Order: sequence, then C-alpha cells, then structure tokens
Amino acid sequence: MATIARNRLPDQEREKLRATWETAPGVYGWFATVDHKQIGIRYLVTSIVFLLIGGVEALVMRVQLAQPGMKLLAPEQYDQLFSLHGVTMIFLYALPVLSGFSNYLWPLMLGSRDMAFPRVNALSYWLYLLSGVFLYVGVPLGQAPNGGWFNYVPYTSREYDPGINIDIYALGLIFLGISTAVGSANFVVTLLRTRAPGMSINRMPILVWGTVTASAANLLAVPSVSLACLMLWLDRSFGAHFFEVSGHGQPLLWQHLFWAFGHPWVYALVLPAMGIVSDALPVFCRRPLVGYTAVALATVTTMVIGFGVWVHHMFATGLPAMAISFFSAASIIIAIPSAIAVFSWLATIWTGQPVFRTPFLFFAGFVILFVIGGVSGFMTASAALDWQLTDTYFVVAHLHYVLLGINLFPVVGGIYYWFPKMTGRMMGERLGRWSFWTMFIGFNIAFFPMHVVGLEGMPRRVYTYPADLGLGGWNLLISVGAFLFAAGILLFLVNLVLSLSRGAPAGPNPWDAPTLEWATSSPPPPHNFDIIPIVASRHPLWEDRLEEVEERSQLDRGYLLDVGRETIGTTPMDAEPNVILRMPGDSLLPLGLALCVTLLFLGLLAHAWVIAGLGLAGALGVLVAWLAPAPPVEAQKARIYA
Amino acid sequence: MRRDAGGMRWIYIGVSVSTVALIASAIWTLLTLRAVAQPGGGVTPLAISVTGHQWWWEATYPGAEPDGTFRTASEIHIPTNVPVRLELRADDVIHSFWVPKLAGKTDVIPGRVNSMWIEARTPGVYRGQCMEYCGVEHALMAFRVVAEPPAQFAAWRRRQLAGASTGASIAPGYRVFARRCSACHAIRGTESGGIYGPDLTNLSGRATLASGTLPNTPANLARWIAHPQAVKPGARMPDIDLPPGEMQPLVAYLETR
Repeated sequence: MATIARNRLPDQEREKLRATWETAPGVYGWFATVDHKQIGIRYLVTSIVFLLIGGVEALVMRVQLAQPGMKLLAPEQYDQLFSLHGVTMIFLYALPVLSGFSNYLWPLMLGSRDMAFPRVNALSYWLYLLSGVFLYVGVPLGQAPNGGWFNYVPYTSREYDPGINIDIYALGLIFLGISTAVGSANFVVTLLRTRAPGMSINRMPILVWGTVTASAANLLAVPSVSLACLMLWLDRSFGAHFFEVSGHGQPLLWQHLFWAFGHPWVYALVLPAMGIVSDALPVFCRRPLVGYTAVALATVTTMVIGFGVWVHHMFATGLPAMAISFFSAASIIIAIPSAIAVFSWLATIWTGQPVFRTPFLFFAGFVILFVIGGVSGFMTASAALDWQLTDTYFVVAHLHYVLLGINLFPVVGGIYYWFPKMTGRMMGERLGRWSFWTMFIGFNIAFFPMHVVGLEGMPRRVYTYPADLGLGGWNLLISVGAFLFAAGILLFLVNLVLSLSRGAPAGPNPWDAPTLEWATSSPPPPHNFDIIPIVASRHPLWEDRLEEVEERSQLDRGYLLDVGRETIGTTPMDAEPNVILRMPGDSLLPLGLALCVTLLFLGLLAHAWVIAGLGLAGALGVLVAWLAPAPPVEAQKARIYA
Repeated sequence: MRRDAGGMRWIYIGVSVSTVALIASAIWTLLTLRAVAQPGGGVTPLAISVTGHQWWWEATYPGAEPDGTFRTASEIHIPTNVPVRLELRADDVIHSFWVPKLAGKTDVIPGRVNSMWIEARTPGVYRGQCMEYCGVEHALMAFRVVAEPPAQFAAWRRRQLAGASTGASIAPGYRVFARRCSACHAIRGTESGGIYGPDLTNLSGRATLASGTLPNTPANLARWIAHPQAVKPGARMPDIDLPPGEMQPLVAYLETR
C-alpha cells in the first residue's frame, strides 16, 4: 500500500477529490446529481413545502370549525381537505423530512463519502416528488382523495365513492411505497457497509439507530399497505371482491392490512426524530447522552413491539375480548422503552450544563410534548378507556402531540442545529427564540383544548357540529391557537431565508459538537472528508475532554481513496475495513426511471393501458441500462494517508 | 467530564416507577374489560336491532308474532334499569354507534353483526352519534336514546305497534304521502311500506328531524321536505318540488298523532 506522509492533505489532492465528486454544473447536473447532500436538502425542501400545503389545509378547516354551523366549506370540500391534510402530513411530510436529515447526515456522521447506493438515493427522491404530485393531481379537478388517510372500505369502494378520488389515493400510495422501500433498503445497506473504519455499532449516533430501525420496519410494513391498495384498486377497477361484502369480501381485512402498516409507520415517523434529539440535545447540555446503550436498545425494542399493537386502532370493531386484551396490554407495555428515552433526556439535561440556544429550546419543548402525547397515548391504549376516546377529538389531540411534538419540533430544532453545517451560516438566534415560543404556545393553545372537546364527545372528521353541544368557545380558541402556531412556523421560515444570506459564518463546528459531521468544513466539500477518518469512540471530537476514553480517533490520517469515486466498505458489526467500494457518478437513469414509473401510474389511473404499458416498458428499459455491467476496473490499492 | 455521571439513576428509578404504573393499569384494563363484557346477571331481557344507514339510524324492535315487529328512526326508546342488548348492523358503509353516557363505541360493519349492551339507570334523553367517518353527512348523524320507566316504555311500544289509525290513512295529507313519499318511507297501518328511508310512523313523537339535524316542528318539517339538500347537503333524500297545496296537508298529516 502506498502511503503519503504529510501533515496536511496537499491542495492538489483535495482539488482532485473535489473534481472527482462534484456534480456536473448546469441543468444536466441538477437532474443527474447523486450527491447525498443535494438529495438530502431536496428532501427537506420538498417535505417542508408539503408541510406548508398541509398546514394551509388545516387552517382552512380551522376556520370552518371555529364556530358551529359555519358555511365556508361544503361537506365534500371539507372531506377532501381533511383527507389531503392527513395524507400530506403523514406520507409526504413526516417521513420524507426525516429521510432528508438522514440522507444529508448519514454519510457525514458515518465518515463516508456517500450512501451505499447513490443512484437509488436519487431514484427514491424523484419517486417521492412525483408520487407527491400524483397524489395532488385530483385537486384541480375537485377529485382529491376523500376517504381520510385511513381510507376505510366499503366507503371507499366504487359503489359509494365512484370518482377517481380513491384511485388516486390507492395508486399514489403504491407509487410512494416504491420510493420508501428503495430508500429504506439504501439506509439499511449504508449502515451495514459504509461506516468509517472503527465505527462499530455501539459508536453510531442515535439518529442512525433510529433511521435504520425505521427503515427496516418500513421494509416490512410498506408491503402491507401497498398490497391493500392494490387489492382496493382491483376491487374498484375490475370488481374483484377482496373487501366487498357482496362477494364474500371482508371490510375488516382492509383495516388489518392498513394498520399492520400504519402503526409501525407511526413509529418510523418518530424514532429518527427522537434520534435527532438524542444526538443534538446532549451537545447543548455539554455532556454525552445518559444511557446511550439503553436508548439505542429502546429504539429497536419500540419498533419490535410496534409491530404487535396495530389492533389498538380497531378496539371498537367488535373483535373478540381475548384479542383486544392482548393488543391493549401490548400497547400499554410499549410505553416502557419510551420511558427509557424520556428519562435519559431528562437526566442528560439535569446532570449537564444546559446552554439555552434555540435548538435546545426546541428539544426541551419536544420532551414536554412527548410526555403529554405519551400519557394520552397510554390512555387510548387501554381498551376500556379507548371505547370512549376513540374517534373523538381526544385522539386528534393525542396524534398531533405525538406527530408534531415528536416529529416537527425535533425537525425544526434539527434544522436550527444543522443549518450551519448545510449552509456555512448560523440561523438568527433572536428570531429563533421568537419562532420557538410562538410555535410552542400556539401549539398548546391549538391542541391542548382538543383533549377537552374530545372528552366532551366531539367526533373527528366532522365538517360542523351543533351549537347546543356548547363547544363553540373551545373551538374558537383552538382555531386561534392554530393560526398562532402557523405564525411561529412562518417566523421560522423567515429566519431560514434571512439567514441564508445574512447569517453569521459558522465554521466547521459552531456548537462544539462531538460527532463526525462537525469534523469537516461547513458546508462540506462534495467528497465530505478529504480522508476517511478512523473512529475510536462514540464522540470523536470530544475525546480529549472525556474521561474513560483512552484511544483517539484519527481524523487527519486514514484512507485517501482518490482514484475515481471510492469509499471504504467495512464489516457490519465492528466496522473493520474490508473492501473499496466504487461509487457511481452523475446519472439521468434515476430520473428516467421515476418518469417512466409516473407514466405507468398515470396510465393505470386513467385505465389507459397503452400508456401504462409504455411506462412499464420504459421502466424496464431504464432498469436494463441501469444494471448493465460496467467494464471491469483494475483493482485499486488503497492509499493510506498517514 | 465523565460519561454517565450519575445520570443512570434517573433511568433506573424513572423506568421502574413507570413500569409499575403501566403494568397496574394494564391489569386494571383487563379487569374492566371483563367487568363490562356482560351485564350483571348475564341476561338481557330486551334486544333491539340497530342498523346504520348513510346518514341515519334505524331501530327495529322484534316482536313474538309477525305483526309485533316495528321500526323507528334515529330515536331509540329503552326501559330504565333493564340491560338492553343491541345488535348492530350496517346497511351500506361502516358507522360507529356511540352514546357516551351509556357505553363505549361499537363499530357497525357491513357483513357483520356486532353486539353490545346498554343500561340507563335514570330516565332521560341520552345523545348519541355516529363516530366512524361514513361520508359527506357523517357530521349530521346523531340520534337520541330515550330512557323511560318500564310502564311508560310499554305504552310507547304499544303506540308504535298500533301505527296510524285507519281514519288517518284517508286524510288528504296521507294521499300526498302515498304518492310522493311512500316509495322510500313507510307508515304502519297503511299501504305505504317503503324501506329505503326512515319509517315515519308517529313521526310527531320524535324530537328531531333528519337524525338530530333540526328540532321537530311543523315549520322545520316543511323546510326539510322542501329542501333536504339545503339542510343536509348530500343526504339521500332528493329535493322534491312540492306544490304549496300539497305541503300543508302533508305536514299536518305527519305531525298529528
């Protein structure tokens, strides 16, 4: 092995790496990039656009519900809005935004130059974007999905819902499912193969634990909903009888298939976000996370138990008492791993020296919302109580505490935290505090009273409610809170846009954080690291001040890998280097495949079989080109930079 | 800086305490589930069949003899202090039956018969509504459970069984009803036997119209008959262009006992 013995990488070496890894300029590069950082930022921007769309839908609904008997929306419009709101937030915002973080951060945190499959990474983004647009194609026609995000049959059968609304939903979810599946497979393989040498699994950041757990779960859960949607589409298009009673189908089958996906998915929406907090909160407490091992194992345990609780969405369906008891008990027990995480964060704050910067506020606020959402979740887990609570606004309160509290607050906190890494500039601190307090207060004014109206018996998914229930005052308060919350989000976005050009320069490690992504420049060069680091502990940048850590990670000595696009492949458990991975460069194949798949789904939606056939043939053609073996390359020897 | 300086104690204590609380409440849940599964003696002297429709509720009271069965809509009468078994069916899509003050929810699912029981200790009117999203008028699918002392309940039941008197059936309003409404609606004791909409026998005895949407007054009834789509957009009842000369007798007929 050739070694270079110099203290600093020569500039021409660095330029060579940059030229090797840089995306081509111009329009071609824009469509062909496979750089995980660009893809990650696209994921983040797209999902935040969907967040805003879903948020506007929510605000329109809150105007309609501000007082009893309002006539702003016709019932059908309301139904399409609440369905779109759910579909958008759950499918098009909550998971993709986390994929955005993970796409951007994983290779940086893991000390790698890219994800394991860069082109698959680009493919999963294009599929996500196009399936998101696909789910919205019905809006201009007034034919958006109107069966709720849960889409229960037989209301969504052709008999009761003859438009294309539900076809868009069913095909759109299968479409999006492809994106989720390939993206998840990429995360799993990336974790197993491309960690920096020395980063054994007990040294990975918790965000990595959370995302890989969620990804493995997605690979098991998404087929369930894709299958259900395919069956529904066959029912609707060809009169198959999977769910139709008249053909001895079973409406409850949909609910089982949907929730067998839906509940693991809910955990997939929160575990990576909990990981964001577990990694970033300790930085602001100036100490390592308390109980790393317990939190990592709790993450996995939550997901495993999470596959055994789906019937708690179906307590009222008249299932046998034995089944209900089992799922009720499991749904209560699943709170134990969450308790581990909560007490770990509390202990980290309590035994640390908190620095009250904006990200800390979001993470600490998250802990409070997590506890409230956890307690209401534990209440609905008890079947006896759930028979009263289910399908009321209590559940709306619960799920927003969980999804906004555990997903959105860490996401916004995470953006404040990693924005300097992504852009090289800090976000405004003053505006940051304003945005936090406006969001936090607005959120609680909007969603806490929903517990009350729920206990008073207000049903979910209603476009209006009678005045004599006496809920007008509460609902007005909720609507005011919703607008305040939206104002907080707006402040955050204003801060984001202003900071892009005016933020103070950040430097590589503005928060004095311990993990690898802070070892490289801000923003990172296209190849992430000049030299692949060799990791010796969980906190490579804090080793000098932590007791108990004997070894030292090597950040400026290690594998150079400068012959073409290369990164190091390591063993799954101990991360011992064992292969040089050759990585693909810019390619239009992912976009081409995604466009062909879009054509396929548009054809299926319109029952235009020729178009669908063209799309399918095109997709297969692109796949052939994609998988065509590249000419063999002479095996390279790794150059060690020491 | 030490890695775990004292922090683990938080996890040990916090998680132990929460685990005990969680297991206790899991046990409480299981005991409660067993306690409410059956009424005290395990017997339900009265069984009522309840069917959810888009967007109204039908209650069928079975009788021993063929003629002893009658139907009513969106208002379920029960005797007090008697456990009543409800057999829940769906006519079209999934609904969910909920009377918050009497029992938890039970879904009403096509192709299945779900069953639950309720018991009212004090006489009174208990509001209920559909809790599963079932289409455009899910919001306006309320109903009332009227709990009466057994004697009063028996009297109500007799009135329902008797239906309309023969005299009433030849009233001018009845002729309008037979021509305009009987394809969907029924009135006991007459030839009008439509099954698609609510049974309107003794409509005047019900407190609300259109499943809790309007208080049952002659003016509201006329408004509902004239423009159901304005009152409850999307409801299955079409707007009927009724000449003024027909509305008044029809309302008068339906609102007399």
